[in-house]
Amino acid sequence: MIAKRITRRKIVDKFVASLALLSIIIAIIPLAGVLVFVTSKGLSAINLEFFISLPKPPDEIGGGIGNAIQGTLILIGLASMVGLPIGIFSGIYLAEYGNNRFGSLVRFIADVLSGVPSIIMGLFVYVVVVLTTHSFSALSGGIALGIMMIPVITRTTEESVKLVPNSIREASMALGIRRWKTIIFIVLSTAKSGIITGIMLSIARIAGETAPLLFTAFGSDLWATGLNQPISALPLVIYKYAISPYASWQAQAWGAAFILVSMVLILNIGVRFIARGRYRK
Amino acid sequence: MSPRPFLFGKKESKKVKKFFTGDSIFKHLTLIFALLVLALALIIFYELYSRSQPAINEFGLNFLTELKWDPVHQIFGALPFIYGTVTSSIIALIIAVPISLGVAIYLSELAPKRLRSPLSFMVELLATVPSVVYGLWGLFVMVPWIRDFLEPFLESTLGFLPFFQGPKFGIGMLAGGIILAIMIIPTISAISREVMLAVPDTQREAAFALGATRWEVIKIAVLKYARTGIFGAILLGLGRALGETMAVIMVIGNRPQISLSFFEPAYTMSGVIASEYIEATQEIYLSALIEIGLLLFIVTLMMNILARLLVWRMMRIFRGAAKE
Repeated sequence: MIAKRITRRKIVDKFVASLALLSIIIAIIPLAGVLVFVTSKGLSAINLEFFISLPKPPDEIGGGIGNAIQGTLILIGLASMVGLPIGIFSGIYLAEYGNNRFGSLVRFIADVLSGVPSIIMGLFVYVVVVLTTHSFSALSGGIALGIMMIPVITRTTEESVKLVPNSIREASMALGIRRWKTIIFIVLSTAKSGIITGIMLSIARIAGETAPLLFTAFGSDLWATGLNQPISALPLVIYKYAISPYASWQAQAWGAAFILVSMVLILNIGVRFIARGRYRK
Repeated sequence: MSPRPFLFGKKESKKVKKFFTGDSIFKHLTLIFALLVLALALIIFYELYSRSQPAINEFGLNFLTELKWDPVHQIFGALPFIYGTVTSSIIALIIAVPISLGVAIYLSELAPKRLRSPLSFMVELLATVPSVVYGLWGLFVMVPWIRDFLEPFLESTLGFLPFFQGPKFGIGMLAGGIILAIMIIPTISAISREVMLAVPDTQREAAFALGATRWEVIKIAVLKYARTGIFGAILLGLGRALGETMAVIMVIGNRPQISLSFFEPAYTMSGVIASEYIEATQEIYLSALIEIGLLLFIVTLMMNILARLLVWRMMRIFRGAAKE
């Protein structure tokens, strides 16, 4: 009787353990599926021309997404100009002076903002920037993406500045160095790798954002000429080509997806190596 | 978050009562940037709210209950989009919650030590694939699979339910729900795992000492203890599902209708904003779209606030318990 109950409990235990194992396998299947298809279909669409030339109409052979790669890089640059200063300085505030109610509020809002859908950020910048300047532009795209970087960078900067031991601050101040100089030259350089990690992660996150760019950068078939002009970007091209009815464009969508996914993965795996190096020390 | 026995700044500012010292300037400079983060949240709300005034005044609460979306005749009802967003998110939760809990349990309790970190990393990678790439994959790989295998299978087994009847396009509510599930699994499982790892080991040890099996330990000690945090994780996943745009737009069919069948196309709130803002040249049309955006903003904000509060409270309780 007791033996029977024990075997039953053991069976339930094994059963649940295998369900848990099964769920992680199910969870990883889509990742594997996406990577396999993006690689196999993407690689066959890629050649040198694909990287350096402009898009062509669907009935012409060839053409590339050079301007989209250029556009994505420009947008990341613009977004960094908006997101880095605000994110890093507010992160420093939270870590160094934010041990109060106001600090908790900012921390909380930053967390909540990171959960706001990206399309809302796009809509917001559309209303505020695009409608007032009467033009889609690279600049507005950069602002939308930059706003999305802020919460991530704020929190990662805060975390890594907090990890700097107080003994380092005290040592610096004991030498008569002012607190602000201590923070900028000593604390920040100690926390550098953590902050860079946050920056890379946030860039990986915004590089693939599409929804906010629809409203702002809009897309273009030409090379970027000015920041007040619409600009192309990899995610926009993937979207446009994927929903088009042309096989040649659909093939190029996979090529563009391959480039985008590689960028994002390289950033993420790079971060992992930086982080590992830091913890070993 | 270690308490800081570090008072130089305070003492100094008492001695030197000048505002224009380097320290004071630097502190206030960083304060301004922190204020910017707060201001940003307020400005987003204010802009969306003021721009949706025309639609709010014109349609009032009817906006939420009107079934028709007919911009040409200036009839704007958000109900089909609300239905699409809510239903696809619920489908996503039904699929994602059990899988995510399984993943979290496996990663925090069961997996062999050396597998834990690579497996967690793979689940995190799932979150980094851009949503448009999921959409591309969904459209060309998942949708044909749903059309040719999943929908016929569901119709033959569960076809007596109204949800699994009708023409099988592949594209539709079901595809939207599944792609959302894939996208929120990493969110829910990462946070649930964190919460489970934060459960004090004394809880587990006590259960083991009573002769519980591993599953019983998980059930009695871990899941019960961590349930608030897990609920928070699910809310965060729901928030993400409600606002997700690109992947869903590409597989859900974008037809503003309310149909019980999950095989039928549907339309989401974020979807209609993204695909129609360019046609919205009249003020009232744009205003209606912005009002949908405002609704989405408020709902996802609520979800996030509630979820963060739950997870934060949970973690604080755990930290207190661990210290004792």
